[in-house]
Amino acid sequence: MKKFRRHGQESQRDRLKQELFQFNKTVEHGFPHQPSALGYSPSLQLLAIGTRSGTIKLYGAPGVEFMGLHDENAAVTQVHFLPHQVELVTLLDDNSLHMWSLKAHTGLSELLEIGRFTLTGPPGAPPSVTRVTAVLAHSSGELLLLGTEGGHVFIVEVPGFRELEERNISLDEIAKSVPEDYIGRRNLEHVEALLENPVRPNQVAIGYGRGLIVIWDIEKQCAIQHIQATQQLESVWWTEDGGYILSSHSDGSYCRWMAGDADVNEEEKSDIPYGHFPCKAISKIIQLPTKEGPPFLLFSGGMPRASYGDRHCITVIHNKIHVALDFTSRIIDFFVIRDRLHDTGDPTALVVLVEEELVVIDLETEGWPVIQTPYLVPLHSSAITCSHHVSAIPLKLWEKLIATGELQHTNYSKKPWPVTGGKNLAQDPPQRDLLLTGHEDGTVHFWDASGVCLYPIYKLSTAGVFHTDADPMNQGAEGEWPPFRKVGCFDPYSDDPRLGIQKIHLCKYSGYLAVAGTAGQILVLELNDETAEHIVEPKVVDLLRGQEGFRWKGHMRLDVQEEPVLFPAGFQPFMLVQCQPPAVITALNLHSEWKLVAFGTSHGFGLFDYQQKSCVLIKCTLNPSDQLAMEGPLSRVKSIKKSLRQSFRRIRRSRVSLRKHHISNTSKLQEANARLEAELAEMELAPVQRKIEARSSDDSFTGLVRILYFSDTFLADSSHTTPSLWAGTNGGCVYVFMLSLPPVERRADEPITAQPAKEIQLMHRAPVVGIVVLDGHGVPLPEPLEVAHDLARSPDMQGSHHLLVISEEQFKVFSLPKVNAKMKLKLTAVDGSRVRRMGVSWFGSSRSEDYGKSGLVVLTNQGDLLVVSLPGVKLLVRFPCIRKEDISGIASCVFTKHGQGFYLISPSEFERFSLSTRFLVEPRCLVEVPHGSSQPESTSSLPRETSQPNEDAESAARRVMEHALLNDQKVLQEIQNSLEANEVSLLENSVRNNIAI
Amino acid sequence: MSRMQKAMGGVVEVKSKFEAEYRRFAFKRNCPGGFLEFYSLLQTIHRIHDVDILLGYADDSGDLLPINNEDNFNKAVMSANPLLRIIITKKEDEPAPFPDNRRKKGLGLSVLRTNGSLSIHSKNKLGRMISRPKDFRQISSIIDVDILPETHRRVRLHKHGTHKPLGFYIRDGVSVRVTPHGVEKVPGVFISRLVRGGLAESTGLLGLNDEILEVNGIDVTGKSLDQVTDMMVANSHNLIVTVKPANQRNNVIHRGSRTSVGSSISFGLNGSTGPALLHDSTSPTSQSNPITASSSTAEGDSDEEDDDDDCDLIVENERLMFPESRRAANSNKVYSNSETLQDGPAMRTLQQSVSMPEYIASSLTDRAMVMSSPYGHS
Repeated sequence: MKKFRRHGQESQRDRLKQELFQFNKTVEHGFPHQPSALGYSPSLQLLAIGTRSGTIKLYGAPGVEFMGLHDENAAVTQVHFLPHQVELVTLLDDNSLHMWSLKAHTGLSELLEIGRFTLTGPPGAPPSVTRVTAVLAHSSGELLLLGTEGGHVFIVEVPGFRELEERNISLDEIAKSVPEDYIGRRNLEHVEALLENPVRPNQVAIGYGRGLIVIWDIEKQCAIQHIQATQQLESVWWTEDGGYILSSHSDGSYCRWMAGDADVNEEEKSDIPYGHFPCKAISKIIQLPTKEGPPFLLFSGGMPRASYGDRHCITVIHNKIHVALDFTSRIIDFFVIRDRLHDTGDPTALVVLVEEELVVIDLETEGWPVIQTPYLVPLHSSAITCSHHVSAIPLKLWEKLIATGELQHTNYSKKPWPVTGGKNLAQDPPQRDLLLTGHEDGTVHFWDASGVCLYPIYKLSTAGVFHTDADPMNQGAEGEWPPFRKVGCFDPYSDDPRLGIQKIHLCKYSGYLAVAGTAGQILVLELNDETAEHIVEPKVVDLLRGQEGFRWKGHMRLDVQEEPVLFPAGFQPFMLVQCQPPAVITALNLHSEWKLVAFGTSHGFGLFDYQQKSCVLIKCTLNPSDQLAMEGPLSRVKSIKKSLRQSFRRIRRSRVSLRKHHISNTSKLQEANARLEAELAEMELAPVQRKIEARSSDDSFTGLVRILYFSDTFLADSSHTTPSLWAGTNGGCVYVFMLSLPPVERRADEPITAQPAKEIQLMHRAPVVGIVVLDGHGVPLPEPLEVAHDLARSPDMQGSHHLLVISEEQFKVFSLPKVNAKMKLKLTAVDGSRVRRMGVSWFGSSRSEDYGKSGLVVLTNQGDLLVVSLPGVKLLVRFPCIRKEDISGIASCVFTKHGQGFYLISPSEFERFSLSTRFLVEPRCLVEVPHGSSQPESTSSLPRETSQPNEDAESAARRVMEHALLNDQKVLQEIQNSLEANEVSLLENSVRNNIAI
Repeated sequence: MSRMQKAMGGVVEVKSKFEAEYRRFAFKRNCPGGFLEFYSLLQTIHRIHDVDILLGYADDSGDLLPINNEDNFNKAVMSANPLLRIIITKKEDEPAPFPDNRRKKGLGLSVLRTNGSLSIHSKNKLGRMISRPKDFRQISSIIDVDILPETHRRVRLHKHGTHKPLGFYIRDGVSVRVTPHGVEKVPGVFISRLVRGGLAESTGLLGLNDEILEVNGIDVTGKSLDQVTDMMVANSHNLIVTVKPANQRNNVIHRGSRTSVGSSISFGLNGSTGPALLHDSTSPTSQSNPITASSSTAEGDSDEEDDDDDCDLIVENERLMFPESRRAANSNKVYSNSETLQDGPAMRTLQQSVSMPEYIASSLTDRAMVMSSPYGHS
């Protein structure tokens, strides 16, 4: 009986969990890490980016996003859309070709892999024979031409990937027809380029590495013309009228050839644009006509080798205007968007994919300004040093921010975003969310994080307050050759690392912002609609206050500008506190109602009254034996050189983001066994040891302040609440200070005082990472001003309050005002994981609108996400989220107030995840088959017939499995159905096979 | 503190307590005399010549340890820094003043009966006195012998009260398991090194290449080396590791029947030579002592751990004024108040010495210590 009842309770608890929690990784924001290929479909108006880790991402109108991942962990080298269709082909580093399709299911499009293919040469042939170097998706939509390293061109029927052997163009055939006098006759080298005649689709230009270009008729299967270029070929372009062929070469030259019937060995025009001295290769050349007047000529590279060989440039020449667009990172590829559908109008925009960003240049507006990208924005224009999320921004602040942001966007083009494919069907986000990222160069970027697109709103720079070595770089002088123009915002070089932003706190109700940095500086800023000029006077706070025998050997304080500084409209600093010693700020909190800002370093913490601009409290948390903290970062035993090398290695390691792969079970098992064997063998050689030692109080950095928290709670007795400041340290200590605030009318005159009230030393001495006070209902106390703005229920101040202290190892609940331990949950002692990031979130139920629960969300060093109940501190759910080796990913995680979160999957990308069933931001979009084209009905070719249903069922099953986190009845049903479908299709297959036999 | 020590030179300050009375005196550190001399000195000072007494001292880590022979008397003198706190109890007194360090629920107060054979007066001339197991600080034990397979050993290491480092290292390795499919190699965690002079080495219960199977009742299979490290460090104040010793020759034999529970206990006496005898596994102490022959299970252990954990030190400053008075108070007063409070360490030591009796009764760090000072204002 008892057993039964308990079972009943458990199932109810499970149901509750299902209603509240669900783990999904929803969107990747930012710029894909290490892009390696770019593709564009003029008919779909979608652009595709392939990366070195094997992902393929499609982007259209803002909000239209698709992502696919190849099973092979190989780089995507080429992406080609099939003309006028919803299919695209990718070529990977391992020489495999993949067919992807945008399929619509229940009104939403999905990117699905529908086929794969690897060229097989004749037996015994060297692998170079089938190594694909050039791909041409023929405009008929049925053929794919594949040029290889061996010089052959294979013709394959798509989408079924059927080799049409009889139509292949072998090197021997070409070589036979090459004129006798061509010097490169013996060895034509690989196929460098494949191009279709824009006018006559049966004519194809094949460019060989040695320089020969052959125009081949794929219907008649014969060579029409030979163009005998003598330089190593880099790329080929066929002008739109079909009359000319442009070739670019490795010596920095390009040639124009007449395309016709007769063989030519004299170019019509040849030029080395940046000539005289040796130049680098022109890797791609495009010429596009305009309705009136001269054409656009665009090419990448070709810079003088000695003087500008390290620049990444695209040159645009039009009507005597000549500009060399100078990018800050390597150019991957570029394309031009043209005015009307089907690729015939004037060029409107140049889209350039460089290694670290996507730059779009408006070619219609004079001066060719840059168009602000609504997505794919480089988050890492300067390295991200911290992030802060603010949910549900009040409309007033939001509008102000948007308005000030627009003032900053004056240099951008006013043209709308030119990539407009697909329809965004997602509902408007329920609330306005803001993500703030702090950067190494002292800037804070404000992002609109409410929807699928992480859109830049506003950028704040704090560097202006300080003297820095860097003066604004003078732009290139008039008449400089080549005529460089800097484009792009990726600039990873910081003027002064001390400017780096370490902590951010924004009060969304009052619009006050506190920003703290690497050199112990804390700025309090206020939103102002107009520019203002004033002096920011620094207040130096000595956190050691007479502690003797300590010498700071780290960096110096930042020098503050003594003259008035002109601040543009936006957030303007009105108070600056500088800590002494100028150690990194490790904790920051702002209470806008009490007008107090609290900050902590490795030496102690302080409380500052920003209305009276006076220091309220300084507390040194140092342990006298804490030598390391005293001397600063430079005196570490390890040499800088060594640590630099190590950190580079770590970055490199973390960059190789291993993604999930679906491998069949047996091979997975074998692989795992082999790996284990190898690992074990390695271990035997050099055993990794770990010392088991109890923590002692003399560990270094015990005084480091990890968390600062303000609350109005029962501190002295259980009948009156008092304002208080709470600080938690690395050594497991919590200091509590009682604050006495004068009444509002005398707030500006009377001093605020702080007195020590309590001190809690956790016996397990683990670092305190979070402090939360829970009200009588077990709900965390609201943020300052939240109740005043009617946005939160006022807390229950009648019942007894509880204190929740989150250390890296345990969650502990204490009673208040008398601090007695009530409950706890141990983490490290049980499974060895430590708390790395924590947040308090509200989870809404998926079933009933008004039911919801607060929970503590925690990310551990193992990369697991845990939800812990409040106030009972019971572990509710656990989801694996990040690989535990990805330390930077784990460290970068931020939680929202509604059960979502962000973490960096690469230096430039945030992954958004959701733990909630109700709050989910994911792309929902539809791409329709272009109108002007009739989708070719597939000729019933056998391989397609048999492979497709299987593929489909399999992928469907996989999808279902991914969503089957909750064993819902409906989901189970679906799995069963798909399994049955699989069986049926298998049956069909076998039947068909039998018939074939 | 250190300056004080230099000034005091070789003097040991003694503060002895008998019932409610305190006595203070001092003697030279280098000529303390013998135990019996000290015993009668105390009797003289407290004027209790006719009373049989037991002596105990609080050592620097806060444990109450007995003084009943020359060895531990010398130890006590050595530990004086420079204050030596002596607690004197009547022999007939129950409960005993020396609580068992294990602080087991229900066993918390062990009974030290007047035992004729150990009576100082009657037996002190008959050879060497053997201290009872309870008179030593337990640093390790083998537990759960009755429920574990013979090839395994569950060892508890008590970090409390010793300044020795735990002192061992672990590594990844390969373990061989017999499964239905035959012998299989699985990854395991092993002890790779014992630090000389460390707690782990001094117990003799853990050895090189012992495989670690459990940490405080939690299986370590499938856990990474770093996870196991974290688990051990988090439990370091009361670490219970189940190992499969590499050397299987010293296993505890079950001696045929289940009823005779053999439990070998190993004690350390802070470097004194006293307990050498106790290492003899057939010594009657291990058999006759019902307290240490523990039959606690893993769950029981975690219960006990919970107790240990609650010893967070909480300092509450109750001198804080009530809100009403705070409003009216002038800032001057507040300032002086906070100034006295800033002198944290000094206040704390003072408090400790005042609250010494309860301190002992509650066996020190057992409970959260709440130090309150009387209200400064009301």
